[in-house]
Amino acid sequence: MMLNWMRANLFSSWGNSLLTLISLWLVWVIGSGIVEWALIDAIFTGDNREACLVPGAGACWPYVGAKWNQFIYGRYPLESQWRVDLIFAMGAGALIPSMIEGMRGRRWFVLFLLLPFPVITYVLLTGGMFGLAEISSDLWGGLVVTLIVAVTGIVASLPLGILLALGRQSDLPLIKAICVVFIEFWRGVPLITVLFMASVMLPLFLPDGVVIDKLLRCLIGVALFSSAYMAEVVRGGLQALPKGQTEGAQALGLSYWQSMRLIILPQALRLVIPGIVNTFIGLFKDTTLVLIIGLFDLLGIIQLTFTDAGWSTPQTHNTGYVVAAFIFWIFCFAMSRYSQRMEKRLDVTGER
Amino acid sequence: MTTPMVQIKNMHKYYGDFHVLRGIDLDVAQGERIVICGPSGSGKSTLIRCLNRLEVHQKGDITVDGITLNDDVKNIDEVRREVGMVFQHFNLFPHLTILENCTLAPIFVRHMPKKDAEERAMEYLTRVRIPDQAHKYPGELSGGQQQRVAIARALCMMPKLMLFDEPTSALDPEMIKEVLEVMVELAEDGMTMLCVTHEMGFARQVADRVIFMDEGEIVEMAPPVEFFDNPRSERTKAFLGQIM
Repeated sequence: MMLNWMRANLFSSWGNSLLTLISLWLVWVIGSGIVEWALIDAIFTGDNREACLVPGAGACWPYVGAKWNQFIYGRYPLESQWRVDLIFAMGAGALIPSMIEGMRGRRWFVLFLLLPFPVITYVLLTGGMFGLAEISSDLWGGLVVTLIVAVTGIVASLPLGILLALGRQSDLPLIKAICVVFIEFWRGVPLITVLFMASVMLPLFLPDGVVIDKLLRCLIGVALFSSAYMAEVVRGGLQALPKGQTEGAQALGLSYWQSMRLIILPQALRLVIPGIVNTFIGLFKDTTLVLIIGLFDLLGIIQLTFTDAGWSTPQTHNTGYVVAAFIFWIFCFAMSRYSQRMEKRLDVTGER
Repeated sequence: MTTPMVQIKNMHKYYGDFHVLRGIDLDVAQGERIVICGPSGSGKSTLIRCLNRLEVHQKGDITVDGITLNDDVKNIDEVRREVGMVFQHFNLFPHLTILENCTLAPIFVRHMPKKDAEERAMEYLTRVRIPDQAHKYPGELSGGQQQRVAIARALCMMPKLMLFDEPTSALDPEMIKEVLEVMVELAEDGMTMLCVTHEMGFARQVADRVIFMDEGEIVEMAPPVEFFDNPRSERTKAFLGQIM
């Protein structure tokens, strides 16, 4: 069985056999290098840099253990970190059932995530009410900031993007013009510029005494930026639908918003799920740019820990970056897989 | 005499500089069945698409069921509720089941309770002989079945007027018959119908009047017997000679 399969698929001709052998060799070279570095030569225990100074040592895992708390919470005070944990627990507790199809009460979990959850998160993280100590957003950092920026951007960009895409196709000249200008402006500006503007320029235009939190400014910037991209992705879906769908809806007497909500958008959005998720993943990774305006996201915090002399070893950088890459990869991979499942599930249209 | 279902007076339509409809005058009485034929580009589809404002006319008046079609959105909505339309390419909603396709407008436009809408939908699906497909999706049905669903979907709104825009042109020959049968039954039930079609057998069987259009004008309009056996205009004769 196995031998037959291999003969048919891997060694069917001289050329194929050669390619198979070269590929196996490449996998071996790269794979063994990684395994050697991450496991065989790696240091697993130790209290400070001394442990990882062994000549020829691989990954310095005790450094990750020592700094893990910072990776996740940034400089969020230890005694208040339970608030973040509570948010994580609530978020995961509502997200998982809301992603499972056919789950009872699924709608309520989604509703909870969209409406009360952001408010609860805001109250818990900032504090200053209900007897919670106030914690300035300057102290937030690590994975918490990465998730806040990414999730806000993702949740805000889809509805905004849909409205912009519809506006761009509107028959009303003024609305159309506003949407075109908005989209082309935000798409034409690099995200770094947007973040700089939000952190440096915007305060100059605000009246004296008005202070908007830096993180909030950054969130708004990211949301508007990604909504412009989302708008163009959605427009692609709208244009891919045959005109007959709109006409069919109109002829039945459905209003514009009804036909959009019930007929056009469900089909258009399904068509562009890959593009939407692409934008989400790009956005998730772009959150690392907030570093340049002095917010410490996951990557920023990891880089910050490099400056700790107590853990300065030849392998600290490598280890830190690998951890950052791995965490980002897990989130992006999860989004990608979930979107593929959703595509399959929503594909009800028969052949076509 | 009751007011006509459709009144068109000196109606003109342009696509940019192109003069598509050149002064159409037509009255359709309640319960009347009209077949419109003509070469492609003659404006026949455009004409019936003006009746539910899928196309906007520039000059003249159109009144449907006593409602004047102009820029007033309220009038347009009102007319569309009373006028059903069947398209060449069915235009079913592929992401909804057959039943959902049929109940959508009654629920959202007529604000019918879901249960009543489903009952009515099943009734019409039975009439077009596909009640057993109700829970399938359009993509799983044959072209003829899809077009019959499209007819049922329009009927679920209880329209006073049905427009057919070349309903059999996109179908394989063996499926044309099943759709025409449904249309004949509908005509026998007294529905007011305007059909753009080249099915001359259908025209002979059910039409009260047959209209021949060419270059944006109504060239000839007569009861089928007269139209087919004794056409007056040369253009009509030439056209009939080509298609018969």
